[in-house]
Amino acid sequence: MEMRAYIIRRLLLLFIVLFGVSVLVFGILSLFSPEQRASVFVTDVKQLKDIPEIIKKHGLDAPIHVQYYNWMKALLRGDLGWSKTAQKPVLEALFYFLPNTVELALLSAPLIILVGIWLGSASAVHQDKLIDHTTRTLAIVGWSLPTFWFGLMLLMIFYGYFRGLLPPEALSMKASLYVNSGEFARYTKINTIDALLNGQLWVFLDALRHLILPVITLTVVQCALVMRIMRSSMLEALGRGYITTARAKGAGENRVVKKHARKNALIPVVTVSGWLIAGLVHGVVITETIFNRKGLGWWWARAAIQLDIPAVLCAVLFNGVLFVVTNLVVDLLYVYIDPRVRLR
Amino acid sequence: MKTPKTKGVSWDELKKSLKPRVEELKFSLHRIRKSPLSLIGLSLILLFAAIAILAPKLAPPKHPYEPYNIPRYGYSAEPRPPSTQHIFGTTEGQYDVYYGVIWGTRTAFRLGFMVVGATFLIGLVLGSLAGYYGGVLDEVIMRLVDIFMSVPTLILAMALVTALGHSLDNVIKALIIVGWPIYARLIRGDILAVREEDYVSSARAVGCSSPLIIIKHVLPNSIYPLLILASLDIGAVVLVAAALSFLGLGAPVGYADWGQMVSFARNWIVGPPQNPLAYWHTITIPGLFMLFFVLGWNLLGDAFRDVLDPRLRRK
Repeated sequence: MEMRAYIIRRLLLLFIVLFGVSVLVFGILSLFSPEQRASVFVTDVKQLKDIPEIIKKHGLDAPIHVQYYNWMKALLRGDLGWSKTAQKPVLEALFYFLPNTVELALLSAPLIILVGIWLGSASAVHQDKLIDHTTRTLAIVGWSLPTFWFGLMLLMIFYGYFRGLLPPEALSMKASLYVNSGEFARYTKINTIDALLNGQLWVFLDALRHLILPVITLTVVQCALVMRIMRSSMLEALGRGYITTARAKGAGENRVVKKHARKNALIPVVTVSGWLIAGLVHGVVITETIFNRKGLGWWWARAAIQLDIPAVLCAVLFNGVLFVVTNLVVDLLYVYIDPRVRLR
Repeated sequence: MKTPKTKGVSWDELKKSLKPRVEELKFSLHRIRKSPLSLIGLSLILLFAAIAILAPKLAPPKHPYEPYNIPRYGYSAEPRPPSTQHIFGTTEGQYDVYYGVIWGTRTAFRLGFMVVGATFLIGLVLGSLAGYYGGVLDEVIMRLVDIFMSVPTLILAMALVTALGHSLDNVIKALIIVGWPIYARLIRGDILAVREEDYVSSARAVGCSSPLIIIKHVLPNSIYPLLILASLDIGAVVLVAAALSFLGLGAPVGYADWGQMVSFARNWIVGPPQNPLAYWHTITIPGLFMLFFVLGWNLLGDAFRDVLDPRLRRK
């Protein structure tokens, strides 16, 4: 009963925030002049002289609330406009670029979390020992690394110095030609998974080889956050009464750390997974640009440079919804994980 | 109970009243001296500050009226390696790397201070209002915070810069618009915690006005987390701005900016077959400047946390 009220309240809040995000996106849109927004509808140079007409036709000089209403109506129909960088309608482009990004995120996120948790708890268990100092220093250096520079340095070494050992882009020319030919069935459009489903090991290995550097770039920079939070919450957990109790009852140190301390220390890590999503999005935009992997981040970065307004707004909207929904899920999970959380 | 005005206070009395503060300051300095990492952070920042201040001496501008434009030595695209004339070599388009990183330090400081200063102030004012008064004002401000925080920094900043136009000033504006909510949220939380303390109630009981209570009693007790965040934030802001410049959304071509210098190097990560690392300097040097600058602020922020936070400092 209490739980249901909480979920309803959160869902209501979700809609308020989503409405707010839509107003924010629309606010950014209205920073552009009517002429700039009219250019979105221009597909041919000859149309340039009809700009006043286009403005009239699409109501770009109408009062702001009317414009918002029209824009929302189109949005709900799934009409997000035409992306000139992708040469596709925005919604179609979104699904076109999504698989490459999902592939990168699916490989990086578990690594970030596992490595972060492992290093963080090792650091806390051996507080003020060598391993603690090393991991803490590494974390702070990793946190200070400019993602784009780190990725380029990796490319310089593993692509330049080691003669194309780990190349950029998503697939080699040969694999890419094969993948886009009719012989290769595209189930998920995710290269590695499709290669396995098609039973083509060489395509899988090829895709994996192209994934190593982007995944390392993302993981090294992002896992510093998880590590630091894990360390401090693990230290707190180790100082608690129930740890003393467990030790007094004769539990082995290994069991105390793994069963009693680590489990409780994981709670704050769950809370920051929202930030982790934000960090991943940031990382994805940069890594995909550097490694020339044609995914969402690559598209959005190009869109921002080429003033592709619909694509940029799509980026804000997509990430806003993603972030708000993840936070809701995390908060709901939280209630299950942490019995101390009292619902209000 | 009337206390004499400052004019009438004797030197001894003043010294006596300041004694606890001086002792706390001494303790803070002692903590900083004791921690090698914070010393490294401090020295890095001081070094960069020196570079920024001495920039006109270290790298005299070719045209005194536009010192931020990196001088070019020729127009060939291929970067030249470090030599006696150009100790860090030249990057794509023959821009001098040494000049660029030296004046880029000024750009980084200016950008970091402007963005963090403005976000700090906006967040402080809005967060204090929300936390102290509560009610409708709180609800409105905090929902605004939720909305702004629901889009990742880089994406929102990218969209704003696209809308405002590609330039360094607009990067600063965009980062201010994106950055204030986290300060507002933090200060509000702390004020909510402090508001119910006895010393605030007693201040209210003796008739202090609300602004006075906020400024004299609430803020001094809740401002430390904000200062720590600000220090860590300077590094983060410089990183995001550099990323925007790298993507081509920030500084105009040829402006002394580390992010842009790395983007110059993008086409030169792989040298000719016989010498694959021929252009290492174009990417490594500006990147290292960036890394050490951000590292310095992060180490300093960490040290501030241990030294300033009253809950941690005596541990």
